Amino acid sequence: MMLSKLSTRLRHAGRKLLLSSGEFSAGPKNYARGTHFKYFPCEKQIVAGETQKLNMYQAINHGLNIALENNPRSVVFGEDVAFGGVFRCTMDLKNRFGADRVFNTPLCEQGIAGFGIGLANAGISAIAEIQFADYIFPAFDQLVNEAAKMRYRSGSMFDCGKLTIRAPCGAVGHGGLYHSQSPEAYFAHTPGLKASRNAFFIVVPRGAMHAKGLLLSCIDEPDPCIIFEPKILYRIAVDEVPVAPYKIAIGKAEIVRSGDAVTLVGWGTQVHVLLEVADLVQEKLGVSCEVIDLVSILPWDAELVCKSAKKTGRVIVAHEAPMTNGFGAEIAATIQTECFLHLEAPVQRVTGWDCPFPHIFEPFYLPDKWRCFAAVRDSLKY
Amino acid sequence: MYCDMVTISIMDKIMYGLHRQGRISFYMTNTGEEAVQIGSAAALTLEDTIYAQYREAGVLLHRGQPLAKFMNQCYGNCEDDSKGRQMPVHYGSKKLNFMTISSPLTTQLPQAVGAAYAFKLNKKDACVACYFGEGAASEGDAHAAFNFAATLSCPVIFLCRNNGYAISTPVLEQLKGDGIAAKGPAYGINTIRVDGNDVLAMYYATKSARKFCITQKKPVLIETMTYRIGHHSTSDDSTAYRSLDEISEWETHSPLVRFRLYLESLGLWCQKREEELIDSIKKEIFHAFGEAERKSKPHWRNLFTDVYKEIPDHIRKQMNLMEKHLEEFKEHYPLSSFTHTK
Repeated sequence: MMLSKLSTRLRHAGRKLLLSSGEFSAGPKNYARGTHFKYFPCEKQIVAGETQKLNMYQAINHGLNIALENNPRSVVFGEDVAFGGVFRCTMDLKNRFGADRVFNTPLCEQGIAGFGIGLANAGISAIAEIQFADYIFPAFDQLVNEAAKMRYRSGSMFDCGKLTIRAPCGAVGHGGLYHSQSPEAYFAHTPGLKASRNAFFIVVPRGAMHAKGLLLSCIDEPDPCIIFEPKILYRIAVDEVPVAPYKIAIGKAEIVRSGDAVTLVGWGTQVHVLLEVADLVQEKLGVSCEVIDLVSILPWDAELVCKSAKKTGRVIVAHEAPMTNGFGAEIAATIQTECFLHLEAPVQRVTGWDCPFPHIFEPFYLPDKWRCFAAVRDSLKY
Repeated sequence: MYCDMVTISIMDKIMYGLHRQGRISFYMTNTGEEAVQIGSAAALTLEDTIYAQYREAGVLLHRGQPLAKFMNQCYGNCEDDSKGRQMPVHYGSKKLNFMTISSPLTTQLPQAVGAAYAFKLNKKDACVACYFGEGAASEGDAHAAFNFAATLSCPVIFLCRNNGYAISTPVLEQLKGDGIAAKGPAYGINTIRVDGNDVLAMYYATKSARKFCITQKKPVLIETMTYRIGHHSTSDDSTAYRSLDEISEWETHSPLVRFRLYLESLGLWCQKREEELIDSIKKEIFHAFGEAERKSKPHWRNLFTDVYKEIPDHIRKQMNLMEKHLEEFKEHYPLSSFTHTK
């Protein structure tokens, strides 16, 4: 009963929020202005039942609606979330759930993280927003030294598992140094931030369908989670999103496209770049690539990646973050240990350069489809 | 209150000695600050959550923590609730609503504010009390916490122990304003400064602060003026940066001396009772640490548990690797002092 009421409301909100919904076609489409990729909508039906066309910020908004509706002991807070958020993810939540449960905080990231830990200590499901992943570093101490270690250091007497941090990340075309970063590798070096069973600390959705499912998984997990949302996808990423609540298993990677010549691994926006690369390779080189969306960074699905690496013998890992000590290094090292005798070529990393993220040079900085394509070609020739 | 103050001071002396003999790796005494701890603790209830820095063992003692548990933690033995993972004096108790202490300074302040907000949401008739030193108040997290507590109207008592020093740094190199109390009004926080060597002043200030917090749903800042009579920790020799005269001056005004004189003036205490008390506490502490010392350490596998609620595959793999390694090289590890069960 409650659920169906909520569904109606969400459906209504979806129509209201979706700008020019008629324009979206089912197939890949190139959004010309400032994007270095075309979006491939998720075609996998994760749960049976009604779906609706939503972009990623709307899907996140739906997820937050469900979380707040289902659990009266849950709150959403951060800078500017009360009026709907600078990316519209928290729209209308304050009106529906009250100023006690959806509220602005002072402009202070270490405070937001620490405050969230305290809420979670006291049993409140705390969903915090850091306005840009670039500004999560003032909260680094609270997240790495406190949130991640609380269960361990107290012998499980205390924990802050009810904490979820959302932060927009990644390139956006013109974000310069402090509106473009992908800081997942800093956190991937921290045991303790994530969740139980098959759910894990750092997740990066590649579109609307994944954003809602991963968000609901993170909120329910008994360990603290961070979800990095590629901000360039907020409006571009339109999927058929299930109306009902559903979860996406964290810690599990997904084969987005099967192939047998080269394995391409990425996450977030980069998955779409790699899908386009797979098309290019098929067209120009006549072989098929297997494209894997890693989905979660810590702990990551080494089993699935290594299985694919053994099958193809060639692997390209691509991410927007800089190369040195990026998460690609961890993946490459593991593949080297687990698949040594199966490899036909060195594992290659196509990443951002080891420079700060630049403004006007963004087209030269990103690991775009041509750089990825060149790496695939070199790998095949090796 | 007096018994607890004496107990904590004797425990400190004995544990400090144990460190000097190399029997525990680290210790921090509470000398001179017994009144701050016991006086405030007595005004709080077990419903109130405590977030502490590290020099608040007296608060935990007054809440009912058995001496054996303090010792178990310092020895990191198999009965330590936190499984021997943290350095000594990083106490915590779920039962006594005392959050486990961590070393990074001031991180507990915004956390305490979050917990207090949760209390308000849950309409709980309780507050959160958060202790910290005047040095810790210089961290950014203190600013975050004061401002969040005020703007989000949280029932939290910030309890600052201004003991004059942060390790070697005197308070004059810590801040130029009128102490910590002067900061409170700037954030819109009701503030009071208390003689931290006067246990009754501490008790009444905390009691009123608690009542105000709970009824008004607002924070309170208490700055307690005291003096760190002991060294910062067992890794510190404080005579390198302050004079013995300064220390002995404060010893004559110590909270223990003052409270004892008061009790004697009322005819509630005498030399004989003092001696009996000291004897019985000493006996109890020697017994407790003897027991704690004899207990084995927790099983080595506890190194790998509680990182997450359940052990993820990659950590389980690493645990299995260690197990194999130990089978082959066991003679090179101190396995005999660690328990073999579980």
